[in-house]
Amino acid sequence: MSILVFAEHDGKEVKTPSLHAITAAKSLGKITLLLIGSGAKTAAESAKNIPGVGEILVAESEKYNNLLAEQVAPLLVSLAASCSHIFAAATSVGKNIFPRTAALLDVQQISEISAVKSADTFIRPIYAGNALATVQSRDKVKLITVRMAAFEASPRTGGDGTAAIKSIDAVAGHDDLAKFVSSALSHSERPELTSARIVISGGRGMQNGENFKLLDAVADKLGAAVGASRAAVDSGYVPNEFQVGQTGKVIAPDLYIAVGISGAIQHLAGMKDSKVIACINKDADAPIFQVADYGLVADLFEAVPQFSAALDGVLKK
Amino acid sequence: MKILVAVKRVTDANVKIRVNAAKTAVELTNVKMAMNPFDEIGVEAALRLKESGQIDAASEIIAVSVGAATSGETIRTALAMGADRGILVEATDGLEPLIVAKLLQQVVKRENPELVILGKQAIDDDCNQTGQMLAGLLGWAQGSFASKLAIDGNRLAVTREVDGGLENVSLAMPAIITTDLRLNEPRYPSLPNIMKAKKKPLDTLPAAELGVDLSPRLVVISVEEPPARKAGIRVNSAAELADKLHNEAKAF
Repeated sequence: MSILVFAEHDGKEVKTPSLHAITAAKSLGKITLLLIGSGAKTAAESAKNIPGVGEILVAESEKYNNLLAEQVAPLLVSLAASCSHIFAAATSVGKNIFPRTAALLDVQQISEISAVKSADTFIRPIYAGNALATVQSRDKVKLITVRMAAFEASPRTGGDGTAAIKSIDAVAGHDDLAKFVSSALSHSERPELTSARIVISGGRGMQNGENFKLLDAVADKLGAAVGASRAAVDSGYVPNEFQVGQTGKVIAPDLYIAVGISGAIQHLAGMKDSKVIACINKDADAPIFQVADYGLVADLFEAVPQFSAALDGVLKK
Repeated sequence: MKILVAVKRVTDANVKIRVNAAKTAVELTNVKMAMNPFDEIGVEAALRLKESGQIDAASEIIAVSVGAATSGETIRTALAMGADRGILVEATDGLEPLIVAKLLQQVVKRENPELVILGKQAIDDDCNQTGQMLAGLLGWAQGSFASKLAIDGNRLAVTREVDGGLENVSLAMPAIITTDLRLNEPRYPSLPNIMKAKKKPLDTLPAAELGVDLSPRLVVISVEEPPARKAGIRVNSAAELADKLHNEAKAF
């Protein structure tokens, strides 16, 4: 029985979020990767070097290019009979496709696991991370999405490079059911929020989108990604993909700097597993101070430029 | 047109939850409950389709909930917001998403809606599954994590929130929509509407009569509180913060 990992790729290599899912999956044994859509073969060649990969299935068909759940779920269903587990990263793609697949297989999916206890027992956060449930699955095949922040990304190299690449056929779906029209993806020079080592986020205290430039200046010096609280996104300061929180992105960088963020429960759920947390907020009673390793009570419009200037000093040393 | 909106009764989003003494579940006794926030957005989305004239004024909006009799209160909230009638699928609380999806599938078979709207995730179990599962069971298109929604002839134009930004898809109807935060800001029910809602029809369907296996697939072995972070320190200046992060925390 295979341990299958549905991996997203960019036509060249496996995308970083899927490397976290690979780490979770390979704790149970040798894994089989599934790569689909145009460029899957090229991505498979580079994926051979990922440690722990025994086999790579490739369905290089254009119909999978937009990863529509209505198309991909039937393919996963066709592979499930030979699988003990099917893993994916809990990205917007994994979250969209896996429950549909699970229902078609009559399986109760296990969402966003944070730990693998054994082949059938997993830990997953519930109530915005305020409780951790240990659950045991009775299903024959386990469908699992993986919380990226809870597992290190697998290295891309270091494997023996002997994984066999096997082409598989696309599975007929209902082509008219859902059609991809267009996407508006933001392109940034900065690291991705979910994989950045350092993240600086702004909240309602930023007052407008223009003021996020203050954070950009710090981010550029530290090679950090910029994030935001739900309040800042709902107020239209920055686009939705900036949102850190239970209902946005859940991240665990080495350093998280929260600026003008009060620390609502749902925001804390998205960042409280960061290794070091710093915050700047003028309200000394804001809940963010209860989780911060280093807190500065100050007006952010004075403190952030000062912090940025001070970085020049410490980074030079 | 007929729209079915699924609503779930969950702990109020502002309540700090605690794990029970036996470490088997979250303590729900005497905890304030409310409609799942994403489901409020779902009810609002249905109402706006009707009020904006995108669907005809005679369209019916049905609020459905799966749970114990107390979930009837959540349906009443949806009726007070403006839904026309309610269906309570009476069952024990806390059923797994797959079972809830199968029960909703049976309601869909009885009611034949052209659109089913669900919240993208419930803030208690955080599964993010039921809508996509229902779409799979029905063989319908799914517009998950929707931030915009419009009727486009005999199809639905949906903008979805995805990791890198936004994605636009066109879905055949009937279809499933799951709501994301920025689809709308749900209204508060007015007092007159709360009074009116008490007279709106609310039918109860016992889950046991719908021919769905209600036994769980997952065994909950334990529920625990996550380890607390230890208290940090206050620094006095931005310069000290930069210095501590660099020299003490070695964060950069």
